[in-house]
Amino acid sequence: MSDAILAARGLLFSHPGATAPLFQGLSLAVTRGQFTGIIGPNGSGKTTLLMLLSGVVAPQAGEVCLDGRPVRSIHPRERARLVAVVFQESRMLFDFTVLEIALMGRAPHLRPFSLERPQDFAAARAALREMDLADREGKRLQELSSGERQRALIARALAQEPRIVLMDEPTAFLDLKHRLQIYEILKRLNREKGLTVVTTSHDLNLAARYGSRLLLLHHGRLAADGPPDAVLTPRLLREVYETEVLIERDPVTGAPFVVPIAPL
Amino acid sequence: MAPLTSRRLALSIVLLLAAFALSVAVCASLGSSRYTLFDLVRRSADEETARAMILRVRLPRILMAALAGAALGAAGAVFQAVLRNPLADPYILGVSGGAALGAFAVTALGLPALAPVLPVRETAAFLGAIATVAILFLLSSARGRIVSYPMLLIGVIMNTVYLSLILLIETVVEFSRLHGVRLWMIGTIPIEEYGLILWLSVVLVAGIVGLALYGRDLNLLSAGEEAARSLGVTVERTRVVTVVLASLVTAAVVSVVGPIGFVGLIVPHAARLLFGPDHRLLVPASAVTGAIFLMLADTAARTVMAPTEIPVGVVTALCGGPFFLWLYRRRAGGGYFE
Repeated sequence: MSDAILAARGLLFSHPGATAPLFQGLSLAVTRGQFTGIIGPNGSGKTTLLMLLSGVVAPQAGEVCLDGRPVRSIHPRERARLVAVVFQESRMLFDFTVLEIALMGRAPHLRPFSLERPQDFAAARAALREMDLADREGKRLQELSSGERQRALIARALAQEPRIVLMDEPTAFLDLKHRLQIYEILKRLNREKGLTVVTTSHDLNLAARYGSRLLLLHHGRLAADGPPDAVLTPRLLREVYETEVLIERDPVTGAPFVVPIAPL
Repeated sequence: MAPLTSRRLALSIVLLLAAFALSVAVCASLGSSRYTLFDLVRRSADEETARAMILRVRLPRILMAALAGAALGAAGAVFQAVLRNPLADPYILGVSGGAALGAFAVTALGLPALAPVLPVRETAAFLGAIATVAILFLLSSARGRIVSYPMLLIGVIMNTVYLSLILLIETVVEFSRLHGVRLWMIGTIPIEEYGLILWLSVVLVAGIVGLALYGRDLNLLSAGEEAARSLGVTVERTRVVTVVLASLVTAAVVSVVGPIGFVGLIVPHAARLLFGPDHRLLVPASAVTGAIFLMLADTAARTVMAPTEIPVGVVTALCGGPFFLWLYRRRAGGGYFE
């Protein structure tokens, strides 16, 4: 088995109705057991790339392989046992409770048309404990704070017991504490359980602090790919984000720290 | 609400069936004549009359109302989930209207004479329902995703067009063949043969059980289309199967009782409050709750102004209209529409 758990080759994708394709022959690989951050300005294709990597959305050409198998050819249920996705959109149409939401993550492990078994309840509750939501299991999603809501959706992803978690802006609407909390939990799962984590982020400093590798997207192309030190350079960021920046050192972790100066 | 376990599922079903049996007994004991179920067992001079009144007149009508309510309740719960719109209901979406137009058009053409060969009315009703859902899906998807807001507007337009077409056909075709059309158009429960009731029960029970079996997929769909996909749901298949089954059960009852409004809207919301949002229980619970609701509504329709009867569609619309407005205000404020 190669080091790449996810490999995208020659992805072509355009949104319905778009004039130009977003991705034109994009190729990249996600390394097994790595914590990868996808960064890039608005509209650079971060979310779409995540959807394509997850197999939820099909590219118009090219393919994504999961452990060497084309991800779109894997049965959706089996795929859901390997890859979990945490979406930005966190609303539920109906008033499901936190435990019910975590139990939804067990769906790919159940036979069709069956109820959850005791081991599914155990897995869902373990995921909720992991997310520090054990005392919230009877609450409805609408009753939670946005940080708790995000954690509930991550718990659903963990209950899938996947090998890869793909997260779209997991901390977009969270305050400082909850941002750090979620990244700390992800880092721990990555370290202790070898979970492969891919997150998109607008927060370059968080991405640099937790990601061991960053992918910098620019207009659907890979502008840079490597460890934070190689990606977060004043020259690259000026070109991609059209912003003058200084790169300092994060005094806690030693990771590069982006100080924006002025837009170009 | 505790999460669904086999114990809670079984208990809830037993509770629902007990409430159903009780409602049948109550409704069978109410009417413009004062016979009650006790008259069936008590020896009295007019035992024969009581028997005929309850078993030949009231009971078939009660059972027909129950079947219609069950179908519309279950279909409403399913449409709300699969179209991702808590205000959806077969009537508001125009699905019932499409079924009514289909059934009405073939009746006007005199096609039910072919009935021994093919259930013409029911088939036409089904095609009308399916065509409506297809139009809804086509017009309310943007960038390959279902957008729930325009759906209600499309439903309103379709309903208006269907009603106009029905009135047009009625004007053109000689009236005698279409006796009772106006009553049927707002929904009335006829007294049917037990044979038809049995046949309908088989179709509806099969359809509703089929829908309940897709309950977990419907749960996952309420987390969003992409989320459902990422959790292993084959969204297209789930959508096609559930929409076809929901249209089938809707059409089967609409071809008999007409387009009764709002049952599919009120009932799933009430059932969700009582039994929680899990569709594995919600679909059967909506079916039984719908059966009870329409039985009671029809009993009210035939007793409140007895011996004059109000069409049951009037009763459900008078309950459902204000309910819809209340729900719309509550939900629209709660940010349900993207």
